[in-house]
Amino acid sequence: MSKLDVLIVGGGPAGLAAAVRLYEAGIRDILIVEREKTLGGILRQCIHDGFGLTRFGESLSGPEYARRFIERVKELGIPYLTDAAVTEITPERAVTVVTREGLMVYHPRAVALTMGCRERTRGALAIPGERPAGVYTAGVAQAYINLYNRMPAREVIILGSGDIGMIMARRLTLEGAHVQAVYEVLPYPSGLPRNVLQCLDDYDIPLYLSHTVTCIHGDRRLEGVTISRVDEKLRPIPGTEEYHSCDTLILSVGLIPENELSLNAGVELDPHTKGADVDEHYQTSVPGVFAAGNVLHVHDLVDFVSQEAEALALAVGRYLTEEGFAEGTREIACGRGVRYTVPQRITGKEEFTLSLRVAAPMKDVTIVVRQGDAVIGKKKMKKALPAEMIRMKVSPVEGDGELEVRVDD
Amino acid sequence: MTKTFTCIVCPNGCEISAETAADGLCITGEGCPRGRTYVMQEMTDPQRTIATSMRVEGGETDLCSVRLTKPIPKARIMEAVAAIHERTLKAPVASGSVVIAGILGTDSDVIATKDVAAAEA
Repeated sequence: MSKLDVLIVGGGPAGLAAAVRLYEAGIRDILIVEREKTLGGILRQCIHDGFGLTRFGESLSGPEYARRFIERVKELGIPYLTDAAVTEITPERAVTVVTREGLMVYHPRAVALTMGCRERTRGALAIPGERPAGVYTAGVAQAYINLYNRMPAREVIILGSGDIGMIMARRLTLEGAHVQAVYEVLPYPSGLPRNVLQCLDDYDIPLYLSHTVTCIHGDRRLEGVTISRVDEKLRPIPGTEEYHSCDTLILSVGLIPENELSLNAGVELDPHTKGADVDEHYQTSVPGVFAAGNVLHVHDLVDFVSQEAEALALAVGRYLTEEGFAEGTREIACGRGVRYTVPQRITGKEEFTLSLRVAAPMKDVTIVVRQGDAVIGKKKMKKALPAEMIRMKVSPVEGDGELEVRVDD
Repeated sequence: MTKTFTCIVCPNGCEISAETAADGLCITGEGCPRGRTYVMQEMTDPQRTIATSMRVEGGETDLCSVRLTKPIPKARIMEAVAAIHERTLKAPVASGSVVIAGILGTDSDVIATKDVAAAEA
């Protein structure tokens, strides 16, 4: 069994940022394990621009953003394995890795979970109908076009207005496909407003809210879909069915943190984020196991993934050097209008960054964090959308008052 | 007349209103000065950047991802994509290298956004 200070599971934006920051903090006995042939994670296939505006003050493509971290990893000589998959993490932090050279077992002092997320599929929605080819998740279609250089579509309908779906609507249009429309089951768009404008409106692609696909038709290849309007409880309204012929249905219906390994390690998940339940040091319920990035909760901006992973790195550094690393046990309650928070619990001893999402679109509101009677964090928002993660600094005070985050008018 | 814009300069996506009155333009709702500039631009000459792929000859892959370094007039996007698709690069291609200088006579360059090594003989 090989000893190691930190093993980082996944070489995407979170894993790369964590590795660089750990190394810079003097923790050098680390290893990144990446299952793909090259580092970079999902950024490799995100060739559109808009990455790095917060971090670098310029608009980069995904591969360029990843490259800045990969070059730093190589410059510093941080060890990494590619084509290597972690198959098991035990609660005692024994990590099994399948590599080209054979099976390896590591016993690191700390594990950083940075596996990212995966897409919800047709199976998760249980759309009735036949099972022809031509039904892809947005990320799969993106991989076909941007990584494998194959055009998977001509006449396209998109279900779900997630950011990747809208970005694929533009991408498919630029490459010569005809995108008929985007249908969204919710009464508001799931993705960022800027993507509604620059990916749909710019190309005259209509967005139908409160609509969904209720049947898939086709024998070998997709021939068409049935679209229905839905009521306020998101149930299809009988009699509103319309048939649209198309050869491709792209699904952009949500992302789920990829936590099979975490569950195996005994990590407790938050049912709202589907990621680990962590304290402000990004430590999970299993001591020495930390999580950040999309595996913790789905982000809308990679810049914040990098930031979160760097905060994780600093906490892991402290965990390795300090004695008696305090575990956060004081829960933060989600009050009115708040869907989730990360961290879910804190020590209450230090300032931290709180990430949260609101439950529905709202205007002119204030996000308020209370500890008993004291307001320990406050942020005014002209508009708050579920599509946009909100981040704010929170400074706990002395005392053991109940912690709550809520949206006030 | 009041028109509402969604600013695309950054992910905040501010909703900005522009009201044309007899005595000029009144812009409200912008979170920063860049929003004001964006709306002025959007009202006179909307501009966008794009990303696509370009053919590569003799490379380990057949295509290389590329993007524009600066926005170009929105109306010329499909023309720019066609101009990019017309050309073929020779491998190796280095990320960041200019593959078309001044696309369509604008001051926006097309740059490669990934490395494409030469195919092994």
